[in-house]
Amino acid sequence: MSETATTDYLDCLLKSWSTKSNQPLSWLNQLRASAIDYVGTQRLPTKGDEEWRFTDISALARLSFQSAQSNTDLQAQDIKHLHLKEAKNSLVFVDGHYSAQLSTIIDSATLEIGNLSEFLLTHAAILESHFGQYAKFDNNVFAALNTAFLRDCALIIVPKNTAIAEPVHLLFIAAQSEVTSYPRCLIIGESGSSVTFVEEYVSLREAAYVTNSVTEISLSANAHARHIRIQRESTQAYHLANCAVSLVHGSNYQSVSISSGAQISRYNLDVQLIDEAAECTIDGLALISDNQLADTHTCIDHIKPNGTSRQQHKCIVNDKAHAVFNGKIIVRPHAQQTNSSQSSRNLLLSKTAQVDTKPQLEIFADDVKCAHGATVGQLDKEEIFYLESRGLSETAARSLLTYAFGAEIINRIPVSSLRQQLEQTVLNQTQDNKL
Amino acid sequence: MIVKNSKTLLSVEGLRASINGTEILKGIDLTVKSGEIHAIMGLNGSGKSTLAKVLAGHSAYEITGGTVRFEDKDLLELAPEDRARAGLFLAFQYPIEIPGVANTQFLRLAYNTIQAQRGKDELDPLEFDDFVREKMKLLDMNPDFLDRSVNEGFSGGEKKRNEILQMALLEPKLSILDEMDSGLDIDALKTVANGVNQIANKDNATILVTHYQRLLDYVVPDFVHIIQSGSIVMTGGKELALELETRGYDWVTANKQSIAGAVA
Repeated sequence: MSETATTDYLDCLLKSWSTKSNQPLSWLNQLRASAIDYVGTQRLPTKGDEEWRFTDISALARLSFQSAQSNTDLQAQDIKHLHLKEAKNSLVFVDGHYSAQLSTIIDSATLEIGNLSEFLLTHAAILESHFGQYAKFDNNVFAALNTAFLRDCALIIVPKNTAIAEPVHLLFIAAQSEVTSYPRCLIIGESGSSVTFVEEYVSLREAAYVTNSVTEISLSANAHARHIRIQRESTQAYHLANCAVSLVHGSNYQSVSISSGAQISRYNLDVQLIDEAAECTIDGLALISDNQLADTHTCIDHIKPNGTSRQQHKCIVNDKAHAVFNGKIIVRPHAQQTNSSQSSRNLLLSKTAQVDTKPQLEIFADDVKCAHGATVGQLDKEEIFYLESRGLSETAARSLLTYAFGAEIINRIPVSSLRQQLEQTVLNQTQDNKL
Repeated sequence: MIVKNSKTLLSVEGLRASINGTEILKGIDLTVKSGEIHAIMGLNGSGKSTLAKVLAGHSAYEITGGTVRFEDKDLLELAPEDRARAGLFLAFQYPIEIPGVANTQFLRLAYNTIQAQRGKDELDPLEFDDFVREKMKLLDMNPDFLDRSVNEGFSGGEKKRNEILQMALLEPKLSILDEMDSGLDIDALKTVANGVNQIANKDNATILVTHYQRLLDYVVPDFVHIIQSGSIVMTGGKELALELETRGYDWVTANKQSIAGAVA
């Protein structure tokens, strides 16, 4: 890929930006202006950049997909199948634009939930103190582009000592082709609160488009959030996502993220344990086939003592697909008594499937417990034989073992209808197991 | 039990098998009739576990000679799953852990696969739950094991119980129990042996593959075979196991040589 095309892509975006400064608040305009200034100094990352060495996004530069315009044609009937039956509250965004018509807000008495334009009127101060504070865009051109071009934002504020029983559904639907959308989420858990939310990216049809999303999560003391992230975009789409999480004293962040869509997807998850005794559990599953590429980069940063993190990342890779996992764990000098474990397990279902996995531990404290391990393999012959010896056909045995490999992660999703959907996805994927 | 005029379930003649070009089984002869319990005893590396795996159809072994008939079928022609469906069962020395699959789900899948093969009704999850809980009592198993992942985090004894539970569910004609006693304390051994004894009847047969005599105090064999370097060198009744316990495997080696010397 030539430098010229790369420059053109960002240039093209830079030119289109100048007319879009439409928000009423100066702090937000300033943030967006500094984001676009940063973009102006950057180029698209290439495989020459350490953070992108396994993921070639040069094809992205050839797509001059403009910001998606609002599409109001979509009816509730069209997206009925995407409804999560457990969720009472759902915010629906179409190509990055909020759709009040498709969204359902029932809990407004106990939960502050809505979109950016509403919250700018009602929650300006709290927005200003959180928005853009966790997903920094210095050193991240896609987060900068999102900040500059975002059209709206899904917002949840869980009030102090409030536990929300039902999951909140944040649904991002891609409806148009050859556009870029910039979804954004901000979740604030006040002290002692508890919430489960599902952040989901779907497409209504097979189409090429770009999703560039940013999610920020801030948990106050003893707050608890369960974050389920489902990426099942069109297999022609590009999905570039950043999520930043900030945890203070005694807070607990649990996340399960599933990637099965997109031609190329990249998910950066950065969790900072900025205060003592914070805890995070991060599980991931990439389930890809054909020529898909799924790249997950995580960074768990233990800044203060007594933090706990547990991470398990799995990939099931078929055909010529390529999965990438880079899991960085930082234990800073003061973060004594940190307890951290990381496991990366990868299952190759074909001889042409590829996995690059890289644990990256940077430990500067001496009194810590850190364990990590990575495996890449095919289905175990002894396991297949065990199941065959119980009467299962070889195909059934392979299918069950593949399913089991994925189910270990899927079973951690605390929303049963979603679990069932995903289990079916895994089973479908394993029907045409190539080895 | 030895039953008069009972039918032959398994007939092994001159069975030879290799792994990666190394011959492990060097001409095994063995006949098992319904109702019988056989013990195959031998040291590590004698080929006893290989015999168990070869009979169950493990693909790592190459059959280089001999025949194996299971009832009216050529066993060696059958895929492992077809051997299972025909009524052969192998209880593994090291049962495989399958994280992510609930034990009950796995047990029901195996049960229904075999039922369908036999032209019998499959059970839905609720029916199966009642059925399996009844069978678990036989092995003094905690029903909590149904909801846990298959063998994951099970102790050695729990894994063996889970194997015998599968045997109880699948009702095989011939069960081969590979090192059933390894890793079991005496109480667990008694429970597992009790399960095996209750399943054994005049219409099925059991082969116990074991290093030690200990298991045979609780599951009493009708025949004891001693295997060395890939062939059966001695066959006797249950007394043979006791004699072996007293005299050790060296005695077998010396005795075999003297027999061989006398013949020469």
